[in-house]
Amino acid sequence: MSTYYASLFAEAGILLLGALSVYIILATGQLSLGNAAFMAIGAYLSSYLTVELGMPVTPALIVSAIAAGIIGVIVGFPALRLKGIYLAMATLGFGEMMRSFFINFAAMGGSGGFHGMAHISVGYIWAWAGGILVVLILVERSRVWLEMQAVHDDETAAGLVGLNTVAIKVSAFGIGAAVAAISGGLFAHHHVYIEPANFGFERSIDFVLATILGGSTLGLGSLIGAILLVFLPEFLRPIADWRLAAFGTLLILVLLVRRQGIVDRTLLRGLAFRKAAS
Amino acid sequence: MLWQQLVNGLTLGAIYTLLALSFSIVMGILGILNLAIAELFMIGGYFGFTLIAANFPLPVAVLGGMAGAAIAAMLIEKIGYQPLRGAPVVTPMLSTLGFSIILQNVATNVWGSDPLQLPDEYLGRQYTLGPVNIGEMQLIVVGATIVLVTLVAYTVQRTTIGRALRAVAENREVSRLLGVSADRLTLFAFALSGALAGVAGVLIALHYGAITPYLGVEIGLKAVAVMVIGGTTNIWGALLAGPLIGVVEVLTVAYGGSQVRDFVVYGFMILILLLRPQGLLGGVRSDQGQRV
Amino acid sequence: MSAPLLQLNDVTKSFGGIHALSAVTSGVPEGKIVGIIGPNGAGKTTLFNVITGAYRADSGVVRLNGTALNGLPPHRIAREGIARTFQNIRLFPSMTVWEHLLVAQPHGEAWWRRLLPVGWGDPAAQVRAEEVMEFFGLTGLRDRTARSLPYGLQRRVEMARGLTARPKLLLLDEPVAGMNHDEAEEVRQLMLKLRATGLTILLIEHDMNFVMRLCDYLYVLDFGVLIAEGAPSEVRTNPRVLDAYLGKDE
Repeated sequence: MSTYYASLFAEAGILLLGALSVYIILATGQLSLGNAAFMAIGAYLSSYLTVELGMPVTPALIVSAIAAGIIGVIVGFPALRLKGIYLAMATLGFGEMMRSFFINFAAMGGSGGFHGMAHISVGYIWAWAGGILVVLILVERSRVWLEMQAVHDDETAAGLVGLNTVAIKVSAFGIGAAVAAISGGLFAHHHVYIEPANFGFERSIDFVLATILGGSTLGLGSLIGAILLVFLPEFLRPIADWRLAAFGTLLILVLLVRRQGIVDRTLLRGLAFRKAAS
Repeated sequence: MLWQQLVNGLTLGAIYTLLALSFSIVMGILGILNLAIAELFMIGGYFGFTLIAANFPLPVAVLGGMAGAAIAAMLIEKIGYQPLRGAPVVTPMLSTLGFSIILQNVATNVWGSDPLQLPDEYLGRQYTLGPVNIGEMQLIVVGATIVLVTLVAYTVQRTTIGRALRAVAENREVSRLLGVSADRLTLFAFALSGALAGVAGVLIALHYGAITPYLGVEIGLKAVAVMVIGGTTNIWGALLAGPLIGVVEVLTVAYGGSQVRDFVVYGFMILILLLRPQGLLGGVRSDQGQRV
Repeated sequence: MSAPLLQLNDVTKSFGGIHALSAVTSGVPEGKIVGIIGPNGAGKTTLFNVITGAYRADSGVVRLNGTALNGLPPHRIAREGIARTFQNIRLFPSMTVWEHLLVAQPHGEAWWRRLLPVGWGDPAAQVRAEEVMEFFGLTGLRDRTARSLPYGLQRRVEMARGLTARPKLLLLDEPVAGMNHDEAEEVRQLMLKLRATGLTILLIEHDMNFVMRLCDYLYVLDFGVLIAEGAPSEVRTNPRVLDAYLGKDE
């Protein structure tokens, strides 16, 4: 595998985790357009821990995930007051605020960025991304996930059948933030250089795009979305200057043809059925 | 110094007002965030710029930018919004994002990614009023904004379609009762919103004397904050919030440094969402946003 | 009569000055089927919403087995042992029948089991779901999306969802609305079977024939005021009830 393709796979793994962070929060009916902020927290904190304190990468990632998770819970509480597009706009604002914060954060280089991290391999990135995806696919079959789905479908009814909707929604924010932080830590140690511009609105939107395009009712959808988002522009290389326009067009087409995303439960059931029949 | 900042802030605020109005016409009526508005703003600026560079008079350039962006907005509505009505709000939002990507790519390919300068005569005269210097272009920006806001006010308050828009913004169920075709109404809302974004684009090009393809990303997104602060249910909130944010921004840059500007604006937006979700001028709304 | 399972004392709730419930005092004895009847707008559903915590009462006390429920959030009240159904059925659109039977079950002591796939981690939850599914005759519909079922079956799924949590009290908001006579009779048989298991039922219903034949005791609400109570035969002949239903002749 050439270095070039290796770096694309690395990007896909990092994007997968970002998409999963949106997916987990969306599973409780909350749309976050600011997950790049949690990614930034993970990137900056883990870099500080490895570069300044000499901590190994793995514990640094875990510490960053826990810290971002706590911040996610803190963000999750006010988020309870907002729904739908209003919550989306508030999280967008949170993302931009955090970006602005890191621009001013002179101790970590401010707008000049931060470097000095040791490079990590594609294999290491995918160990995290794949591991978290597998855990999530298992959790998707659990009762906790059903409870999240219930909150997504009808929050009032979920409360009245005995589910603690506050705890469910806030925890989803916390876990989503932690996963985004892992994505950020991996990004930082893959690129070995970070700056606030890496974690802007476009990044948050990429996460949402990967989730929705791939299919927002399954963790597997985020995998497909992430791979598509990273590799599609490569296939469009022959049209050079116009590939972004082609990408935008394809995005619109996919949304028009399959608004539920590329994979959903019906499709999986159909595939399983065909396999059983043959 | 303070007065000078106020004048500059109000000029920027005029542009925010137009853009926030543009966002809020679609948001108020359809409950969706049309992310392409940021790029319609940019593309409108380029249309106007091209006409100016071809030696057309300024009013023609302004109208050209307006019409170009309005037509693009109508295309977005037909292709990217109509078929997705009824989908969760995030889906049409992402399809408008698809159009953003296309518009930005078109702009970089056609006009290049470097900033383009307006011809010298547009850098304009400066008038001195006591301690304040006012550029000719600043006067045009503020003047054009006042004229446009008046026109929008007339459309929304006095015409049949405008009244229907207002009624629907207050209660989305109402359009059927009014007997106004919902399809026509959404198309009109997109066109009006696109026209405002296009004009704002021409005006910002006049204000800065230059234009880049990244205008939408830098300024457009902040207009979302301006809209929220003014109130998403009352499109007149933008009239208060636009100048307010323009002045706050310019003052923050002057006295606190340009780095904290976005932090202050978005922080203000979040506070408004949490404490007064209807915005500074908005009335109470029963629904708090659709399911995603 | 021993202390009732559910006891309401002076429960009052008003919306913008209009009394939806005025000083309602009533009791639901254990193991009985109790009905609440009354004209439209009498405050019946409001009463359910106050009991389940969807609304907070302005004053008064609601007790279940002696425990005051006031001020508890809805999910805590549900876990105290109250399950309910809704007038306009509220099933979870994305879920199958089977998933509805798993989602509302309380967590046992080992909370982490909830994070494992149901098949590995939660045999007890599966057993309970199977049991309830069989009781309600839903076995063949296990993997159907609940919302795609005919109306009568949707009502059954909703009831079954509530019962998986082993409630002490089941609140039913118009359980036979929109059903024909045969379907209503099936529901009646189901209720009697449930009562035989020791469950207490409080229901709102407009179908008088159904109520009179099923309930052990009735309360009559009119404009938020309890105007009569008693066995069905007594209530049927109560002149105040007749007035409320037929309108007073002026």
